[in-house]
Amino acid sequence: MSNAQQFDTRPAGEHASEIAVESPLAYSMHRSGAPKVKADTRVTLRERAFLGHLTLRGGAIVLDEALRDVLGMSLPGEPLGLVQASFDGPAGECSIQWLSPDEWLLIVPGGEEFDVERRLREALGDAHFAISNVSGGQTLLELKGEAAREVLMKSVAYDVHPRHFPVGKAVTTVFAKASVILRRPSEERWELVVRRSFADYTYRWLLDAGEEFGIGVER
Amino acid sequence: MFYIFCPYCGEHREEEEFHPKGQAHISRPADPEATSDEEWGDYLFFRDNPRGVHHELWVHAVGCRKFFNITRHTVSYEILEVYKMGEQPSITAEHYAAQQGAASADKERNASQAKHQEGVRA
Ligand SMILES: [Zn+2]
Repeated sequence: MSNAQQFDTRPAGEHASEIAVESPLAYSMHRSGAPKVKADTRVTLRERAFLGHLTLRGGAIVLDEALRDVLGMSLPGEPLGLVQASFDGPAGECSIQWLSPDEWLLIVPGGEEFDVERRLREALGDAHFAISNVSGGQTLLELKGEAAREVLMKSVAYDVHPRHFPVGKAVTTVFAKASVILRRPSEERWELVVRRSFADYTYRWLLDAGEEFGIGVER
Repeated sequence: MFYIFCPYCGEHREEEEFHPKGQAHISRPADPEATSDEEWGDYLFFRDNPRGVHHELWVHAVGCRKFFNITRHTVSYEILEVYKMGEQPSITAEHYAAQQGAASADKERNASQAKHQEGVRA
């Protein structure tokens, strides 16, 4: 076990209620509004706030082994890969994606990240690695519906044609004038992992780009 | 716009995801204490500016954020090859010149052959 200090960013107990938890989009939804899903809505947007985001760095072999031990899932075998699994424990799913040759993004159900990080540290022992809890720094947006791909085509230069962007692919690329992690977990669903400081910009861009498709926001 | 192949992501990406970082293969003098001012100045400030084949360092800034090398032709802007950090280029200025020389010799030979054939046909 390394001697790295870990702290729970979501303290439980008597003081838990004193600390207001706000999604990066709390202000945006208040200020820019959230159009309702209508009959002619062809794309819907949903924020999946407060998930646990962990950045894992280190060698693929040791991390893969630890991840199998702790969560029963393996690292994606190829660059730009995305692997999903159901989370044993509270309801939810978790995913792990390739970010660079020595870096992966693990997303677990909200509230589980502290425990998962601790168990990973235990499993990794003295291996050369780094785990950072980046949950507070980014948020996940979900884009669904028949026009989801068209909204993306207006926003990213990256080729999102199914032939080039199959299910299970994940890339970091330019979105409008910001950067975004774009993932395709299933046929009809796209996910965007955005930086907290760019969440408002991305949200408003999506509302604007999705207007012609009657974009609706699920809350 | 360049369409650049990232050797770590394993696919072509738009140029806006990358940043050029200058000349590649510049190594810091192993023993700075024993390095003359002139050598140190060369290391810090002086860079090649060739007309032709140039080895450059680039970073996939909005992407995997890894550095890698590109061999690029500064006249045609053609990217001749891309290779990872720690690797050596397979295309160098001498190699490229020899190849171009061979290619133009080929062209001349083909041209004279074509003339010859035309002569035969006429
Ligand atoms: Zn890359």
